[in-house]
Formats: sequence, structure tokens, C-alpha cells
Amino acid sequence: MKTVYLDNNATSQVAPEVLEAMLPYFHDLYGNPSSMHSFGGQVAQKLREAREQAAALIGASPDEIIFTSCGTESDNAAIRSALATHPERRHIVTSRVEHPAIKVLCAHLASQGYRVTELPVDKNGLLDMEQLVESLTPDTAVVSLMWANNETGVIFPVEKAAELAHERGILFHTDAVQSAGKIPIDMKRNKIDMISISGHKLHAPKGIGILYVRKGTKFSPFLIGGHQERGRRGGTENTPSIIGLGKACELAARHLERENTEVKRLRDKLESELLARIPQSRVNGDLRQRLPNTTNISFEYVEGEGILLLMNEYDICASSGSACTSGSLQPSHVLRAMGVPFTMAHGSIRFSLSIYTTEEEIDFVIEKLPPIIERLRNMSPYWTSVAKACAAV
Amino acid sequence: MWEYTDKVREHFLNPRNVGEVDNPDGVAEVGSIACGDALKLSFKLDENNRIKEAKFKTFGCASAIASSSALTEMIKGMTLEEAKKVTNQDIAAFLGGLPQEKMHCSVMGKEALEKAIENYQGAPAKEPGAQIVCECFGVTDREIERAVRENNLTSVEEVTNYTKAGGGCGNCHDAIQQIIDRVRAEAKPAVRPKLTTLQKIKMIEEALEREIRPSLKQDGGDIELIDVVGNRVLVAVRGACASCKASDITLKQFVEVKLRDLVSPDLIIEEVAP
Repeated sequence: MKTVYLDNNATSQVAPEVLEAMLPYFHDLYGNPSSMHSFGGQVAQKLREAREQAAALIGASPDEIIFTSCGTESDNAAIRSALATHPERRHIVTSRVEHPAIKVLCAHLASQGYRVTELPVDKNGLLDMEQLVESLTPDTAVVSLMWANNETGVIFPVEKAAELAHERGILFHTDAVQSAGKIPIDMKRNKIDMISISGHKLHAPKGIGILYVRKGTKFSPFLIGGHQERGRRGGTENTPSIIGLGKACELAARHLERENTEVKRLRDKLESELLARIPQSRVNGDLRQRLPNTTNISFEYVEGEGILLLMNEYDICASSGSACTSGSLQPSHVLRAMGVPFTMAHGSIRFSLSIYTTEEEIDFVIEKLPPIIERLRNMSPYWTSVAKACAAV
Repeated sequence: MWEYTDKVREHFLNPRNVGEVDNPDGVAEVGSIACGDALKLSFKLDENNRIKEAKFKTFGCASAIASSSALTEMIKGMTLEEAKKVTNQDIAAFLGGLPQEKMHCSVMGKEALEKAIENYQGAPAKEPGAQIVCECFGVTDREIERAVRENNLTSVEEVTNYTKAGGGCGNCHDAIQQIIDRVRAEAKPAVRPKLTTLQKIKMIEEALEREIRPSLKQDGGDIELIDVVGNRVLVAVRGACASCKASDITLKQFVEVKLRDLVSPDLIIEEVAP
């Protein structure tokens, strides 16, 4: 049976064109781009091209692009640089729904004496901009808010938030790991100082990322060593992956429209059909301010891990915000921050599509999921006659 | 992805005894939807007072469903006295083991069984004097004490894996640690009586045979007990161990740790020339 992969916010397949672009640089063209000989030099030329491709996706200039090992490294480098370049400031503003790369980092910094404000979100996962303004103080070193949420796909107005921070002389960073390649990003039209991007979410391989640092923004390197990345990130370049990421960025720019039409159409079909066929289900997160590829649906009275494992029997891949799948005992911090009731949060499933998702795959899930939910509900002590009656109305 | 055994998978995909027994003799519901898992267990006795029928309804993850299914299979045919002796480890063992983080699923099964039997026998549902320690998951001091005692738990993290206590806000971690310390302090004298040399030698030999030599043999090694002098355990290594540079580490970190755990905490292992 063919795998139906609807977990692209976790990771995505390497595009065939990306793999093809990378392959020569493992074996034939393995030179070090820093070398004096042309065997290495030709790789340096290829890296320049990749940097241009990456810059083009987000409307940046190539020297604003730093290649890193992953989104988490980019996040760490950005926040630590902001603190290092403003040593007199001891306050960080972020949100309650950030990815662990920011959330856990900020908790760690809090344990080292920094003050951290986590902005709340409303029941649709949206920020209150007034609260953002109130949180900003002369002591604030950096504001870090994700562009789009990995679990719900909800989009924050980061461009507006960056302006509010800038008006007060505060640096602004955004984790754009989920939004890059899915919605338009143009750094010429906003004031964001730093953004983090991860390769493997946009059909490049794992282990490669980007940190964008706006020209003129003070930067203190996280990884100290050689002169690579103009001294802003030491370490020999991961040449095949950088070249692959360049290609992936070029493809992403080309596919952006399809992402927002065709992928969105399939996502909407999946969502509306599941809601229609499965009673007591609902979407988590704002329906409009949302990535085109993501839907997070809660099925009341069942637990997410069971749903995932039964879908797994059909080779359908998705993920869940339930406690059992998170490894902790509490459901997803994102859903809790949104005040999603426990009865709903435990049974939440995230489907995230890509341009490789087909209509047949979506139809297959629409056919297979309703009986799975029914089967688990029939096993659940909460699926009582009362609940069934409510569902029937 | 969790590492589930084939048996867990099989009981999750094909759960036995789903539903509710008609006119049950005993019934109990434990857990809550807020906690993320809940189990409703019901059973019926036959004319010989053996469990004739047992059924469950479970809200929870695969291991919760598998544990419930396993429990109902295990207790069928048992008298209530026999059923009372079923422990959470028995449930986990029936399934070929559960991941540490999922042990609380087996504890939930044990609790439901106990409460269902109490429900039939008319005993008090709540242990007298039990205090809630973990507010997030409603776990009492008695429940934590029992889990620590029966599963030999030593850390807050382990207690969370087995009972869920401490898995939420974390405010009760100190209280849980105090319970662990208290139970372990009580347990010590009972587990570690003063040993005569003869008893010590016997226990060391038994521990070597049962727990230590099989592991060493898997790597082509072996160990032989030469003598016991006071608390000094003199051994010689054999097979692959004899030429292995890491055998010192094996002796100190595996053999000595095991012997201290199983026999006496004062033992010192020493290698002697054969």
C-alpha cells in the first residue's frame, strides 16, 4: 500500500530535483569551498548560487543569508545574538504557542536570570496586539513570535508586530519555519530583523537551515570558528545540503501559487468532508489567518494516539496534540494555550499537506477516518447515549 | 513513535471484551477525560464465585486499550481472591512489557480491578485518610506509596510514569520525593537483613547464576566466584571477559551494582588471578 503522507509540518520529502542537484556534491565535487584550487572553488560558486536562490524566496539580499544546521540552531543563534548585542537588556517577549526551539530556549534563559513574557492567545490562537504593546519595555532585548504555528497553521501578524517593536527600538525575530514556502515572505516590505527557516519543511533535506539577519543588524555568532558565512557561523559548509536547499527555495517560490490554490483546495476538502462525516468534531485555530496546507481537527471522546495508530494500519501519516503522543502527560501546549477543552484536545489530529498530496489520497482519508473514529468511540466510556444524542442533533 | 510489543499492538487492534456486562456484579470507573485516559470495568461471577465475564470501555491511548483488554482476559476464571493478587506488573508482563512512560496504563487497570471488586464486596471505595498529592491528576499519597512500594520506584520521574502524579504543573514534586524517601526508608530494614557469610555466599551465587552470568554469556564472557571475605567478593573472569579491556568497568558498573542491589549494599567486587 502506498503511504499517504499528511504530516508535512513534521518533515517533507526531498524534491526529486533537489536530490538531483545535490548528488554530484557528495562524490564527484566534494571539494571544500574555502580551498584555493579550482576543484574547491567551483563548489564556492555553486554555494553563491544557492545563497541567491534562498535570498530570492524571501526577497532578501544574498549576504543577509546565513546557512545553519537547522531551524533550532537559527532560533538559538538569533535570540542569543540579540541578547549578546544588548547586554544591558534582560527581557524577552515571546508567545505561549511557540515551537520548543524558542519555548524551551526561553525557559532556559529565564533560569539564567532573564525575564520572559509569554503572550497569551485567544481561543482561535490569535495574538492580542495590545498586550504585545503593553509587554514592551526599555529593558526588552528581543521579541520572538512565530510566523505560523506548526500545530494549527495559525498565522501571526509578525510584520505589524515587528513595526511595534521597532518603534520602541527593540529587535524582532520570527520563527518562519512553517511559513517559508507556504505563504509569501518579502523582507523588503517588512521590518523584521531576523528570521529562521528550516530546509526539511520545504522539500530540502534535514540538517540544513537558514538564519536571515537584516543588513545593519548587529550580530554576535553562535557557532564560533572559521571564516565561513562571513565569520557569522563557523564550520565547513554542508555543501550538498546548501545546494539542495537553494534548489528547494527556487522550487518553493515557483510553487507558492499552487500551494495557495491547489493545496488549499485539497486541505479545505479534507476538512469539510471530515467535519460533515464525523459528528462532534471541530477545527482548532482561526479559519482565515491560517496556512493553506494545515488543518487541526479535534474528534471528541477519543484519544489521538489510538487514531494515529489505526490510521497507521492504512499507512496514513498525520500527528496529534494528545498527551499520549507528546511524551508528556498533558496535551499540546498550543491547544491548552487556546483553551481547547480536554475532551477535544486529547483527540486532536493535525493533517499537513504538500504540493505532492493528491486528490486520491485525500479521498482515501475521507473514506477511512470516519469508521476509525466510530470504532474508538464505541470503545470509549464517554461515548454514552447522551453524547450520541447530542451528536445526532 | 512508541515502542510497543506485538502483543500490545495485537490487543489494541483486536481488543477482547469491549463493552459493558449486563447486570454486573462489580463495576468501577477510574481516570477521567481530563487526565487523558479512563477505564470502565465490569464483571460478572458464576455459581462458583469465579469471574465468568469481564468487559471494559476505555478512553485512552493504544497501551491503555491493550492493558484493559489484557486485564479482562487475565481475570476471567479467577476467584476474587485470585483477582485481587493481580498487580500492574502482571498486566504489563502479559503484554510482553510496556514502555516506562506508559506503565500508568497498567496501574489504571489494577486500580479499576480493585475498585470493581470493592464495589461488589461493599468495601469503602476510597482508602480512608488518603490525601490528594497531585492536584492535576488527582493522585493520592496512598496511590503513590503503593506504586513506589510495589514497583520499587526511586525517582519522581518514575512515579510520574507509573501514576501520572507530577506530570502536570510539577508543584507536587517535593511532596512525591518525600513519599519516595519515606517508603524507601521503611523498606530498607525489611529487604536487607543482616546476612551470615553462608547466606551471603548462597545469595551471591544465586545472583550470579540468575542475573549476571546469562548477560555476560551473551557477549561470550563468564565469571566465577572464588571466595567471599567479609564484604569482599573475589571473582575471576572467564571467556571473552578475560581478554576484554572493559572487564573492569563491567565488574564495577554491572556485576557490583547488581550484587549490591540483590544481596547487600556493602559488597565490594575484586578480581583475582584464577
